[in-house]
Order: sequence, then structure tokens, then C-alpha cells
Amino acid sequence: MSYALKAAGAAAALIGGFALLFTFERPPMDTVQLGYRGLGIEQVVNPRLERMTLAKNAIPAVVPQVGAVGPKASAVYKNVQVLGDLSVTQFARTMAALTGWVAPEQGCNYCHNPNNMASDEIYTKVVARRMLQMTARINAEWKSHVQETGVTCYTCHRGQPVPAYSWAHNDTPPRSAGLSVGTAGQNLASGSVGLTSLPYDPFTPYLSGNAQIRVQTPAPRVMPVKPGIKDAEWTYGLMMHMSTSLGVVCTYCHNSRAWYSWEESPPQRTNAWHGIRMVRDVNNNFITPLQPQWAANPYGPPTGPVQPRVGLHGDPLKVNCGTCHQGAYKPLLGVSMLQDYPELNAVTNIDAPPPIRQ
Amino acid sequence: MAEYQNIFTRIQVIGPAYPGVPLSRDSVERQGKVGHWHLLGRLGDAQVGPLYLGMTGLLSVICGFIAFEIIGLVMLDSVNWDIRQFVRQLFWLALEPPAPKYGLRFPPLNEGGWWIVAGFFLSLSVILWWIRTYRRARALGMGTHVPWAFAAALWLFFVCGFLRPLAMGSWSEAVPFGIFPHLDWTAALSIRYGNLFYNPFHALSIVFLYGATLLFAMHGATILALGRFGGEREIELAIDRGTAAERGGLFWRWTMGFNATFESIHRWAWWFAVLCPLTGGIGILLTGTVVDNWHQWAMQHAFAPSYPPEAFNALPDPALGGAR
Repeated sequence: MSYALKAAGAAAALIGGFALLFTFERPPMDTVQLGYRGLGIEQVVNPRLERMTLAKNAIPAVVPQVGAVGPKASAVYKNVQVLGDLSVTQFARTMAALTGWVAPEQGCNYCHNPNNMASDEIYTKVVARRMLQMTARINAEWKSHVQETGVTCYTCHRGQPVPAYSWAHNDTPPRSAGLSVGTAGQNLASGSVGLTSLPYDPFTPYLSGNAQIRVQTPAPRVMPVKPGIKDAEWTYGLMMHMSTSLGVVCTYCHNSRAWYSWEESPPQRTNAWHGIRMVRDVNNNFITPLQPQWAANPYGPPTGPVQPRVGLHGDPLKVNCGTCHQGAYKPLLGVSMLQDYPELNAVTNIDAPPPIRQ
Repeated sequence: MAEYQNIFTRIQVIGPAYPGVPLSRDSVERQGKVGHWHLLGRLGDAQVGPLYLGMTGLLSVICGFIAFEIIGLVMLDSVNWDIRQFVRQLFWLALEPPAPKYGLRFPPLNEGGWWIVAGFFLSLSVILWWIRTYRRARALGMGTHVPWAFAAALWLFFVCGFLRPLAMGSWSEAVPFGIFPHLDWTAALSIRYGNLFYNPFHALSIVFLYGATLLFAMHGATILALGRFGGEREIELAIDRGTAAERGGLFWRWTMGFNATFESIHRWAWWFAVLCPLTGGIGILLTGTVVDNWHQWAMQHAFAPSYPPEAFNALPDPALGGAR
């Protein structure tokens, strides 16, 4: 073989090896069988990433519990709209916990005017109130998804004013008259659907709208138009998002030989079904109504940190599966922080229409 | 002769260019200079030229170029004419067929109309190239085995992109032009229609696909291994069985129990290769038109295994009520 050919071969092997090294995880993997034999209902985990996963999902120290001592918060403070039933001690504890979960660096003044704590002039206080209502709603009405584990502010926020994972309506490329307006919202490399060329905004129709997710027959209701291959691509995009957000493979919820079949699905699928309805409830009844607040402050409060609060079209950053799960099959690996903070369920007025479960 | 036993091509014959056989008077002469390209010679015949395109070949290349250009320009538009993004995302980009709402109508050009135009020119291109293969085979006095094998591939191509969408009443069911998008389309087709794994024609197609590659490898290996006995003179050995054929046949009998003849192995391979797209095309054509959910079909016909209900801790469909 000529020298040039050998050199070319060596270079190709080097590039190939480099690509392999940074694209794939090295074996061995741990495989856990979760279902009936022979169906591949199993999860694959990289044992070398366990330490990182545990660190990412560490639980912050619990703020010491206090008894219900003293008068009610509503009797002492002005403008306490949702936590008024708590005693002043519990109220103070809840405020301390909230600060640590959402704005540990910014402190109380992230939401409050220090000269007038009761004032709603800083918009983040209005948002925080609505989020407290949302948390109570999830814990009271969506046990079908969150079970007894429940959620706290920390489930999504993890010490950040803006949760790490969110979405906004996305129809890039924004070419309404170009040649490619018919690309049907797909065919760009997009992290939201696991770097496939599937539709990159499956959230708008499924997690804010209630578009039909089921594309295989028998469908539960008669659809005006039979779903086709393009509908399947949208559903597939949503499923890619769910899979990457939970760090699981398809068989966590499905028997992959028959996606449609409830008779052959693991029970996690039912939990996920309720989760999708829960996210719609959260987005439509709690996040989107706050749009004017964020529209007025598209990069957060003037004190910072400067982070976008709205998407391309001015709609607020919304919730999807990744917002809570953050790569874990259960948020915070299933540890219930809510148990230590029963105050969060004492919200008096949730102020939202009844949840839709269909 | 022992050079043949290497699994890589070792022989590169360098000599005067081969002008080709004399053709009948109505055939156009091959044009242009003749050269040799060493790297090509490592794979096959090193000779480049003279060229012959003819009318069908020329039209086919022009039509193919038009389709290629339309697809490329639409892809470029989808990344806002950014060449860097075009290169970076090339494998993700596509020209999509029209949306379902247009059915079989002609949509606005930028909403799938270009897909129909590109598809038309691409179809014309492959049909013209098929005519060229047929007419060139005839001009050389050959059989037409290659054109008919090419036609088998075109059958699957036209089923996926034309016949099945026509039967379904919607261009939206057709394949997008793009690298990853057409693969996602394949996966979505299987998902929508209840798992192509349970489509028996798909199963047959895979048998012939893997069968054809296996046969090709076995045949190539046998002939290379028989190089020192003149095994490459396959057609002569088919009629006058020499020591190479006898050794190869005996080796197959010892290791595989049965052997093809030096003639029949080529028929096996041709039929395996041709049946792969033929059966596959039938399977695709039935998908969604006759069978809407292949898993259900397979359960009804005891083609798919069933599992005991207790194999799954399944819960009832929450959409059917009763769930809270």
C-alpha cells in the first residue's frame, strides 16, 4: 500500500475513533428488566453516571419545622392572599424556604419591596403567588400523576429564578412566504425532540392545545379526519421529548410492539397520560394567564439576573415534562420534599377552573 | 493467479483503452477522451470514457438535475439561505410533501407544490434512465435482466411516492425528500399503521434482502476462493464442469448440505434481489389501504404471539372514563 493511502487510513481511523469516543458511552451498561420476558421492557443505565445523577438530584437541607404558633399570617400582615391560613411562624418558614429554592442569591428583594413587603409592585411577587396556587393545585388535583410525592417549588426551580427546562411556541424558520413554508415545522436538528428531524415544537399542540396524540387505530373517538403519517411524526416528536426528559426508553411506558394497546402497556403509561393533562392545566390555567407580567418584564426584574421570560412570539416560557423531571424518571429521584413542607398545601384559594381529564 | 485470493482487489491492468464493441449503424458513437484513474481501478475498471448519453440519458440527467436543484433550494431556504447551516444541518433538511388538508390537489408551490414538481421530474428521470438501460442492453445484444431488476426497484419507489399516496387519497402520505426525514417517515409509517414488523410482505422483503446479501457474499467468496483453479470462468464451467466447479460444489455440500450450479447461483441471486422490492412494494401498498393496524391484523390471524394478561400490570385506558 502506498504511503499516502496508509496516512489517509490512519487519519480516517483517528477521526472515526474521536467521533466514537465523544458520541457513544462506553460499555458495560446496567440493564434492568421491568416487564414480561422477551419484550425488551427494560431500562438501560450507565452505572458510571450514577454519581452525577445523584449530585444533580440532591435535596437541599430542610428548613427546621416550626409549630403553628401565634396568630394567622392574614391577621398580622397585609395583602396575604393565598397563605393567610398559616400561622406567622409557618408563614415565615415558608417564605424562607421559597427564597432558598427560587432566589437564593437575590434574597427576599427578588419579589419584595423591602420598604413595603405587602406591595405587589414587583411583578415576581404576583408570579410567585400564582405559582403557590399552582403547586397546591398539582398536589391536590393531580395525585394521579404526582402521587403522594407531590411537588414543591424546588422540583422545577432547583435554586434558579427560571427553571432550567421550558418551552415557548416555536415556528422557526420564520419565513411565511419562502419556498419552505411547507416544511410543516420539522426537518431541523432540534434538541427538543432528541436531535431528530421530527416536528420541533410538539408542545404547542399537545401540552397547551389538546390535539389528539393517538394516531393508531383503534382510536378512542371517531376523528373527523383519519390521522396520517404526518400526525404520527408529531406524536413521535412529543414521545421523543418525554423519553429524553425522563431519561428512559420507549418501553418505560409502552410495549413497543403495539404502542396503542393499553392491555399490554406498563402502568407508567397511565401515569404519563395524567401527566400530559396536568401540564396542560398548568400551562393554560397558571402560566399563560401571567403573560402580561412577563411581557412587561421580558428579561426579568430590573435587578436581574437577565434571562428571557418569553419566547419568540411573546408567549411565556411554559412547562413540559423536562421542567420537573430534568432527566430523571421521577423528579428528584422520587424523594418527597413536600412531606417536609405541609404549608404548601395550605393555599386557600386556587382560583382556576376544574381540571380537564380527557 | 494467487492474487485473486485476496479479499481486496490487487490487480490493476494497465493497457490501451478498450474502445467497446462495434454497434449497429443507428447507434451514436461514444464521445470524448479516454483516460485511466488509478483510484477507480482499485474498486473496478480504471478506464474513464469515452462517454455515451444518448437522448434518453441526456433527458434523464437534465430531469434529475431539475429535481435535485428544487430539493436543494428548498432545503437552503429552510435555513434562511445560510450556507453554513445548510452544510451543518444537511442531513436533517427536507422537501416535505403537501399537508393532509390538500389531499390529492395541487397545493401552493411553497406548501408542497415544489414536492410534486420535484417528484414529477425525479420520476421522469428514473423512467428515462430505465428506458436507456433497456435500449442499451438491446443495442449490445444482451438479455434484459438488468433493466427488469431495475424495474423491480422502481416498483417500490413508485409505490412509496406515487401509487400508495394515490390509493390513500393524499400526497401527505408520501415520502419527503431528505436524509433523516425520509428515515423518520419510515418509522412514522410503521408507528401509524400498527408496526410494519407484523406485515408479512415486509417480512418476506427482509428475507429476500438479507438472503440476497448473504448469497452475494457466499458466491463472491466461493469464486474468489476458486481463483487458482480458474473458478472465475463461471459461465464456461456452468456447461463444462471443471475442477473449480467440482471443488466449489463439494465444499458447499460439505459445509451447507446443498449446492447451486455455476448457472443457478446467478438465478438465485437475481430472484432474491428482485423479490426484495417486489414483495416490499406489495406490503407498503397494502398498508393503510387494506390493513390499518398490522399488529391487530397479526393478532387476528395468530401471526403475532399473545401474552397472558397478567404479563402486564396494565391499567385501563384512562380516556374511556372512570379515571380520575
